[in-house]
Amino acid sequence: MTTAERTRERRLTTARAMVEGIAQEMRRNEEVFVMGEDVGAYGGIFGTTTGLLDEFGPERVMDTPISETGFIGAGVGAAIEGMRPIVELMFVDFFGVCMDQIYNHMAKIHYESGGNVKVPMVLMTSVGGGYSDGAQHSQCLWATFAHLPGMKIVVPSNPRDAKGLMISAIRDDNPVVYMTHKGIMGLAWMAKNARSVGPVPEEEYEVPIGKASVAREGTDATVVTLSLSVHHALDVAERLSGEGIELEVLDLRSLVPLDREAILESVGKTGRVLVVDEDYRSFGLSGEIAATIAEEDPTLLKAPLSRVAVPDVPIPYARPLERAVLPTPERIEEAARGLVGA
Amino acid sequence: MDTSTRLSLYRTMVRIRAFEEAIRREYYVGKQPVFDIGAGPVPGEMHLAAGQEPVAAGLCAHLRSDDALTGPHRPHHIALAHGVDMKRMTAEIFGRESGLCHGKGGHMHLFAPEVHFGCSGIIAEGMPTACGQALAFKKRGTDQVAAAVVGEGAVNQGGFHESLNLAALWKLPVIFVVEDNDWGISVPRSASTSNFSATDRGRAYGIPGERVEDNSVEGVYEACGRAVQRARRSEGPSLIEVHTLRLWGHFEGDAQGYRESELEDVPGRDPIPTYRRTLIEEGLLDEEEAQRIRAEAEEEVEAAIRFAKESPEPAPDEALEHVFA
Repeated sequence: MTTAERTRERRLTTARAMVEGIAQEMRRNEEVFVMGEDVGAYGGIFGTTTGLLDEFGPERVMDTPISETGFIGAGVGAAIEGMRPIVELMFVDFFGVCMDQIYNHMAKIHYESGGNVKVPMVLMTSVGGGYSDGAQHSQCLWATFAHLPGMKIVVPSNPRDAKGLMISAIRDDNPVVYMTHKGIMGLAWMAKNARSVGPVPEEEYEVPIGKASVAREGTDATVVTLSLSVHHALDVAERLSGEGIELEVLDLRSLVPLDREAILESVGKTGRVLVVDEDYRSFGLSGEIAATIAEEDPTLLKAPLSRVAVPDVPIPYARPLERAVLPTPERIEEAARGLVGA
Repeated sequence: MDTSTRLSLYRTMVRIRAFEEAIRREYYVGKQPVFDIGAGPVPGEMHLAAGQEPVAAGLCAHLRSDDALTGPHRPHHIALAHGVDMKRMTAEIFGRESGLCHGKGGHMHLFAPEVHFGCSGIIAEGMPTACGQALAFKKRGTDQVAAAVVGEGAVNQGGFHESLNLAALWKLPVIFVVEDNDWGISVPRSASTSNFSATDRGRAYGIPGERVEDNSVEGVYEACGRAVQRARRSEGPSLIEVHTLRLWGHFEGDAQGYRESELEDVPGRDPIPTYRRTLIEEGLLDEEEAQRIRAEAEEEVEAAIRFAKESPEPAPDEALEHVFA
C-alpha cells in the first residue's frame, strides 16, 4: 500500500470527522467560530467540538449559558454582520424554547429583506433515539425544519460525508441546519456501530448540499432513507442479497434541497420504493417522497409505495416500546420482503 | 447641551411626526367608510410611533451609521432617526419593488444593512440579534455598538432576560432601550408586570440603567449618551427605560375603548409641542423657524410618498425569489 492509499484509508469516527472539518474551516477563515452548551472543555456532549478549545481558545469556541433563544439569536446577529457562526443546539428536541429565533429570524431574514441580508450560520444539532432517552431527547424532527422555508437541512450518515457536508455548510451563505444522529457518531459511551467509523480524506473537501448518494446499488427495490437508517438498510440489503434480493439504498444526505431527481432515477430503475424514516410518519418526509413520485410519474411504481417510520406517537422510554416504534432492521426487512414479493 | 444639538433633536422629532401623520393619512385610503385591514394602497397592520419620537431622537443622535440597531413591530421612528432611507422605506411600506426589501418585508420587517438596521415583529426577539451584532463587533475589535429598542411589554419575554444575561456575561457593547408607553396593546403595565421597573430587572443582571421620566428628549439624549459611550469604551451593556407616550392606538383602527378614561390627557402630553414651547421660551426657536422646520419635513415626506406611489409593484413571480442566497 502506498502512502497516498494509506492516507485515503485513514479511518475516523463521524464525530472526529465533523471536528476536523470545523477545525480546517476555522484555520482558513477567522470569521468562523463555535458556540453552544458544553462545546468548550467538555468538547460537545456528542463529541462535535472535541479538541477545538485547545487549538482555538475560548474566544472562538464559546461555552454558552443554557439559553438557546439568547445564543442562537446571537448567532443570527453575528451572521448578519458577516461572521460565520456554528451554533450547537444540543438536542433538536430543545427547539421548543428557541424556535422563534430559528424560524422567524434565522430562516426568514434573507427573504424578508428581499435578499439584502444574508445569514450564513450553521445550526448543528443531534437527533434520534434508540437508547431509551424518552420523548424529549429522542426525536428526529427533520421534517419539521424542512417544512419551514429558508433553511437548508443536511443529515449525514457516515464520517466522510459528515466532514464534507460540514465544510459545505460553513461555506454556504445560507442558514444550514446540520443534523447528526447520535447512533452514527461513534461515541465511546453508546453501543458500537461498525459504520460510524470510516475512511476520511485528510484534505479539505466539500460534499455538495442537495445531492443524494447511492449507498448500495440494487435492482429489485429502492430504499430511500437517511442518517442511521442508512446503516440499518445496508445491513438488511446485505442479508437479503444472500437470498437473491438486491436492494438499492439511496442516502438522501440533504432534505433541503431534496434530490428529487435521484429518487426518481432510482425508482425508475427498480419500480419499487420503501421509505425508511426515523421521523414521525404523517405529514413528513415519507409523504413528501410519495408525493414527488405521484406528481412526476406514478407509473414508475410496479407496487404500492411502502414506508417504515415512527407511528404517530411520541418516542416511548421502555426498551420494548421504543424498539416497537423505531425503524429497526427487523421492521425494514419485513417491509422490504413484503414490497419485493408484491 | 448646545443649541445645535437641541434644535437637531427637535428637527428629528418633527421629521418623524410628519412621516407618521402622512403614513396614517395614506393608510386610511381605501379603508373608509368601512375599515378593512387588507384594503387600500397600504394594507396590513400599521403600528405608528407618534408620541415616541423622543426615544428615537435621543438614542440615534449618538449612533453612527456603522452601529447596529434592531427595532420592534413599531419601528418607523428609530429607522428614520438612524438614517434608513426615507424613500425606500416608504416604498417598502407601500409594498413596492423599489422598497428596502423589494416589497417582501413590509412595515414590521424593515432591513437596511447599509446602516445595520433590522426589526422584528416578535416581541423582544430583536434583542438576541443585537447581542450577536455586538458580539461580532467585539470579536473584530471595532468600536461599533449595537442597540435594541423594545416596548415595555417585552420585559416579560424570555428573550429579554436571556439577552440581558448574555450581554452582561459577555460584556457586550450593547444598549437596550425600553419604550414604556404604559400599554401592551390593550393591557396596562400594572396588569402585566410584577415589578414596574425594567431598570431594576437590568440591575438584577448587573447591567446599569436609567429611567427617563416625562418623555423628555433631552433626558433620553443624556442617558443614551452615557450608555453609548460605555459601550464604545468596552465597558459593557446598559439599559435605558423611557416613560414615553403612545399618542395613537396600538395599531391603526384600534378604537382604544380600554383607554377612554386617560385619552383626554394624552394630547396635552405630546412631546413635540412641549419641546417647541421650551425652545421658544429659551429664545432658541421662533414660530417662523418652527413652521419652516415642519414645512421642510413635510416636503421630504411627501416626496417619499410620491416616490412610493410612482414605483411599480413587484411582479408576482418574484414571490419565489430570495428564499436562499
